[in-house]
Amino acid sequence: MQHKSTEITIVGGGVVGLSVAMGLLDAGHRVQVLDGVDSDMRASQGNFGLIWGQGKGWNFAPYAKWTYAALAKWPAFGRRLTDLSGMDIAVEQNGGFEFFTNADEMDEFAGMLANQQAHLGNRVNHEILTGDEVRGQIRGIGRDVVGASFSQTDGHVNPLRLLRALRLAVKALGGRITMDAHVTKITPATGGGFDLTLADGQQIGTGKVILSAGLGAMKLAGDLGFKTRIRPQRGELLITEKLGERLPFLSSTIRQVDEGGIQIGGTKADAGMDDSETLNVMAGLAKHAVAVFPALADVRVVRAWGALRVMSPDGFPVYAQSQRHSDAYLVTCHSGVTLAPLHASTLADWIENTTNAPDLEAFDEHRFSL
Amino acid sequence: MNIASRFERAPENAPTVRIEVNGETLVAKQGISLAAALLAQSGNPSRKTAKGNDRTAYCMMGVCFDCLVEVDGVANTQACMTLVRDGMIVSSQAGLRGLGGGQDV
Amino acid sequence: MSEFDLIVIGGGPAGMSAAATAAHGGLNVLLLDEQPHAGGQIYRNVGENRTSRGWLGKDYSAGARFVDALDHPAITTQFGATVWRLDSGPRVIWSRNGESHISTAQHVLLAGGAQERPVPFPGWTLPGVMPAGAAQILMKSAGMLPKDAVLAGSGPLLYLVAAQMIDAGCPPRALVETQTPRMLARALPHLPKALFGMTTLLKGLRLLAKIRAAGVRRFTHAARFEAQANDDGSIAFSFEHKGQRNTLTSTLLLTHQGVIPSTHMSRSGGIAHEWNAAQAAFQPITDIWGGTNQPHLHVAGDGAGIGGAETAAASGDLAALNILHLCAKITGDTRDQMAAEPRGKLFRARAIRPFLDAAYAPPADVLSPPDETIACRCEEITAGQIRESIDEGARGHRQIKTSLRTGMGPCQGRMCDATVRGILCAGHKSAIAPPRARSPIKPVTLAELAALADGPKTGA
Repeated sequence: MQHKSTEITIVGGGVVGLSVAMGLLDAGHRVQVLDGVDSDMRASQGNFGLIWGQGKGWNFAPYAKWTYAALAKWPAFGRRLTDLSGMDIAVEQNGGFEFFTNADEMDEFAGMLANQQAHLGNRVNHEILTGDEVRGQIRGIGRDVVGASFSQTDGHVNPLRLLRALRLAVKALGGRITMDAHVTKITPATGGGFDLTLADGQQIGTGKVILSAGLGAMKLAGDLGFKTRIRPQRGELLITEKLGERLPFLSSTIRQVDEGGIQIGGTKADAGMDDSETLNVMAGLAKHAVAVFPALADVRVVRAWGALRVMSPDGFPVYAQSQRHSDAYLVTCHSGVTLAPLHASTLADWIENTTNAPDLEAFDEHRFSL
Repeated sequence: MNIASRFERAPENAPTVRIEVNGETLVAKQGISLAAALLAQSGNPSRKTAKGNDRTAYCMMGVCFDCLVEVDGVANTQACMTLVRDGMIVSSQAGLRGLGGGQDV
Repeated sequence: MSEFDLIVIGGGPAGMSAAATAAHGGLNVLLLDEQPHAGGQIYRNVGENRTSRGWLGKDYSAGARFVDALDHPAITTQFGATVWRLDSGPRVIWSRNGESHISTAQHVLLAGGAQERPVPFPGWTLPGVMPAGAAQILMKSAGMLPKDAVLAGSGPLLYLVAAQMIDAGCPPRALVETQTPRMLARALPHLPKALFGMTTLLKGLRLLAKIRAAGVRRFTHAARFEAQANDDGSIAFSFEHKGQRNTLTSTLLLTHQGVIPSTHMSRSGGIAHEWNAAQAAFQPITDIWGGTNQPHLHVAGDGAGIGGAETAAASGDLAALNILHLCAKITGDTRDQMAAEPRGKLFRARAIRPFLDAAYAPPADVLSPPDETIACRCEEITAGQIRESIDEGARGHRQIKTSLRTGMGPCQGRMCDATVRGILCAGHKSAIAPPRARSPIKPVTLAELAALADGPKTGA
């Protein structure tokens, strides 16, 4: 049996875990990231790649503010990732639309945006456009579109290259990533720290442990005294053959990956751990895409998939320090892409509890026991 | 590059159809696939990939998607899964297709 | 209520004989096939050709009897019908002429057959390089004969194509074969069992004799293939033979390294798969009747493991008999009695497989080609990039796919999955799970998919 010692161990090698690792490495810690097996549920390999603020936190001001702080940091974070990894991750933050084909839904969303704006002290502006205004701005928008909202700060990134770039960046900063390391048990060690047991029996010692393994972290979190109950929420996505022509817009449900394929998504379903793609939802997504932009009609879908969002009970991120073991942390959220610049910087201050630490009290899990 | 067909036609009498390929008329045996008709006509590549490399029909059974051409305005059509039809208009593709009908070479 | 008792997907020997047996037993059958005519690849266009292209041989023209047997009032056929999704129920979603249909049945038999094993080497993407089986499809379906071709690789099909080319009056320039004396030695212990398939063995020997008599040059134990395009479009094919680099220039290079089961449909349908080490391919786990872990999904023919046309026909019969029993058309005893004949055929037809699998196994550099080789033809990803991704920590198909985009193009991994696995296994001996297959297993337009949201058209 091998017994290694690392200062901080992050359980979970997805976008969230790797971002947190970057921040801690920058702060001078020794960091090891333990990643699972290839067949694990991986939100980081199935997501939509949005860097998105519209509507987020309309009913929870701290989340609205946290999201917009992240949006502001994305340009610099993207450049740094490219420097560290040598990879272009196709960050594009030129504004995004939310299209509506139903007037009531549109009105409801406009109300949410007004609330969100109030939380943000009107620092951020959204535009609300009628169907004809949208069609005037973008050639080719379908007649069924009744209106849209637009926010200048929204954007997207290539989510798969982001993941690979994060992995390379963590290694470039001196972090260690271990694959096929499925953690089955975490036990507090005598004299501080923890012993992590892997599925293959290997034991790893660590000073601090950070759980950011999404749906895979729940059992371990319970063992360490965390109360948060994470649930999976299935989203289904389509991707088409690549196009040599650029789609003239970005929306929260239709986006063109820099390589050329059109990704269509945005559905929500409670399906337990079943990440199948279903015929009705696939057809609905296709119908939506063709309604919004009829020129997509003859474009072929090459792949569909389901992926599980990592949802806390209220849908907002959880940043929590264990009550029982103060060196254990739970970091989990469903907006790992959008929030990455904060996870890779100021979250380290919070974990270290420095004077620069952000106030994340609102994201503590005690909100669930109220 | 301009290479004649890499195939001989077996001496058989069969009805033919006329199709148009990149503006030129091509007489093809009725009932064969478009990919076969193109290969019977010339050994040249039938498309260029996104990175600019030459390709032509490969597997002939709908598996590899290397035989993609534009047929009657529909881009990325599998030529090996499409039978020739009188009056069919075909153009080869260079790079990725566009929106609404694809790009001309 | 299901529209059909049985939907058979694939109109090759397995699907055709299953459909006929099921229909004779009283089942209402829908047969779907992607190609324009019945026959599958082995008997492609046989209903149209009959004996007219005599150089294709008697074994080929004999396939017409399967096509004729489809002429039964209880069999509905749909050709040009591409199945793109299987649902539990079971439901089959298929596309024809740009329109998707949903058909339901008590049982679905997957008889999608095989595809040629990808044969990657530097230059295999050049126009003028093609699988030998593809050339054979052109011979069968269009009466086109390979001109001055070099045949390269390994396997019985290579000899069959060579013999057909000789009979058609366009003999190959040369045969460049990768099998080694060591492989033959490994195959010899399987020879006694192979004697049960004596007719097949003798056919093979006759093919070799024909190639010899035609004076076709043969290079055996060849390795390290490479193709380059000359300015005039011809192919300079070079390979190692007896310690020397040889180059043959020809208009056409036809390669072959055996066939592997087409598993996109069976994998997307949730059927469990296993690795067949002797055939170096994944295959669905089936019982003698073609039954799987999915109660209403059955698999027969080469799609369940490579066995050839006779095995396929017999396994199609067996699957149909079992489905007749499951539909309460025959008792278990009757099924078992009626199964005696196809089981005998199956035994004889399979007897030669272990010998063939060992004698014509794909060489290591086909499974795991050199760095500069394109592995994923759609996305133009090289074997070297895959190795780099493994060095970065990738341990399975999905990690490589999400890092590099291998298998994300329109072929959905059909041309690169085998190579990705070969490279993964060359470095790590641990078991690699088959890649997940998701619908649509063949591309379908957004308009066609969207049309299903407004009440799908049902029925064939």
